[in-house]
Amino acid sequence: MRLRASLAIMGLVVASLAAVPARAERLIVSVSNHRVTVTPNYSGGELVLFGSVEKDDKTPSSRGNYDLVVTVSGPRADMVTRRKERKFGIWINTDSRQFLQVPGYLALFSNRPFEQIASPEVQRRQQLGLNNVLLMQRVGPDFADVVPNDPFRSAFVRLRSEHGLYREATSAVTFLTPTLFRTGIPLPAEVPIGTYNVEIKLFSDGALVTKTETAFEIVKVGFEQFVATTARQNGLVYGLVTAFMALMTGWMASIVFRKD
Amino acid sequence: MQLYLPIADIPVNVFLILAMGAAVGFVSGMFGIGGGFLMTPLLIFVGIAPAVAVASVASHIAASSFSGAISYWRRRAIDPLLAAVLLVGGTIGTALGVWTFTFLRSLGQLDLMIALSYVILLTTVGGLMFWEGLRAMLRSRRGGPVTLRKPGSHGWIHGLPLKLRFKRSKIYLSVIPVVVVGLVIGFIGAVMGIGGGFILVPLMIYVLRVPTSTVIGTSMVLTLVTMVFATMLHAVTNHLVDAVLALILMIGGVTGAQFGARAGQKIRGEHLRLLLGLLVLAVGIRFAVELVIRPQDLFSIRETGGAPP
Repeated sequence: MRLRASLAIMGLVVASLAAVPARAERLIVSVSNHRVTVTPNYSGGELVLFGSVEKDDKTPSSRGNYDLVVTVSGPRADMVTRRKERKFGIWINTDSRQFLQVPGYLALFSNRPFEQIASPEVQRRQQLGLNNVLLMQRVGPDFADVVPNDPFRSAFVRLRSEHGLYREATSAVTFLTPTLFRTGIPLPAEVPIGTYNVEIKLFSDGALVTKTETAFEIVKVGFEQFVATTARQNGLVYGLVTAFMALMTGWMASIVFRKD
Repeated sequence: MQLYLPIADIPVNVFLILAMGAAVGFVSGMFGIGGGFLMTPLLIFVGIAPAVAVASVASHIAASSFSGAISYWRRRAIDPLLAAVLLVGGTIGTALGVWTFTFLRSLGQLDLMIALSYVILLTTVGGLMFWEGLRAMLRSRRGGPVTLRKPGSHGWIHGLPLKLRFKRSKIYLSVIPVVVVGLVIGFIGAVMGIGGGFILVPLMIYVLRVPTSTVIGTSMVLTLVTMVFATMLHAVTNHLVDAVLALILMIGGVTGAQFGARAGQKIRGEHLRLLLGLLVLAVGIRFAVELVIRPQDLFSIRETGGAPP
């Protein structure tokens, strides 16, 4: 697993290196930790991504003002957003919208507001900002994304944001020098486990200059994770053990508190 | 102290859950009931998903009814034959209940059904108990005799065929109503995450005319087996039983129950019924209010499928 992940990362690095000569800049990035272990008492944390923009002799000397957008997307899953409506005097779930293979965690960071970085057209094409990220949905017979102010889409983004799982920060990327940058990737307590892709895009004068990718992995360790895995994979054994535990606790209680 | 619940998928304060277990245990010891109808709502109010609460409370009730059943067994206050016949219905009812639970969950209406059944069941049973307790109290205050059971009065239930003699309880009764009672309790137990003791005991006293000496012990055996069965089925079909949560609840529950039982002995029977009726009614009304007022957020998200491996 670990090996495969690092091979994938190496592959990406090689690919990005191969793509370099056509462009004048290249990005060199790294995250502070490629494997985050989440323990039961984990209450959130932060990864640091840092990197630099390497120029070569082909770089136009006039180019200096770089903009950077970092997109972190976690493991994908299908989700359903439901809306409650008042029927017969009570509030019940009526409408729903299915979101297909959307990231469990999604964060977009940049050094300044997206509208200052690029034109609306480029923002949409490069998926800059939560409003422009592609969130595939089943709309009737079609699979598509909808306009950002669609009630289901905006509710979905808002609810995920309330849990800290979707976020957008347009001042999170800091340029330490004109070419050296860093940003923090906050991970709330509820982060889903799995592989996270980090895409770094470099803009200059409103156009994409180059991009690169890296990845990290979140694994949960400890007793709780063991319990969760067992419950999912060996339902019968898990049920038996839980039932046995219940009977033991009841029996212990009847001994401890026996009056005669 | 924060602890992460593996299945409920949220961090909780261990002492809060322990205290909840102890409080519900106290009440259950006092009234001689499992307390599931209090525990499940409390867990839901704390923020645990209704489905996980229902499934986990099943194992908690199994623990508390087992310790109760042991002590009733020692006092020979359990009718094994009656328990066995009840269990026939109880097992079928539980299986049907878990199946219904899975079905409603796939429709996205499980939370609504749990809330609705709580409202209907608790307000009805609570109202009846409260009314009955109030009347008994007024009667005893006026100095009249407290008669719960008119000897010699036989309803249509006693005219049914397939009669069986239940020796320990000293009753001669058709197995049909017994199986039906077991089925109903098993079903609502699995769907609502309650042992059903607070419904089963009145049903056994008023409908089946089981003498009070064997009622509670026998009902505990039924609760124990249906809840063990429900735990197993919920674990196998829905993977929703949170063992860590259940263990904390059990420890708090069995401890609280001991003190509750002592407190219960100091209170008169009709007062106890009145209090229990009020409590049941209050929980029912709390659910009703929840359904009627506009929710803070009209939208909710649920994950339906995992990421491809």
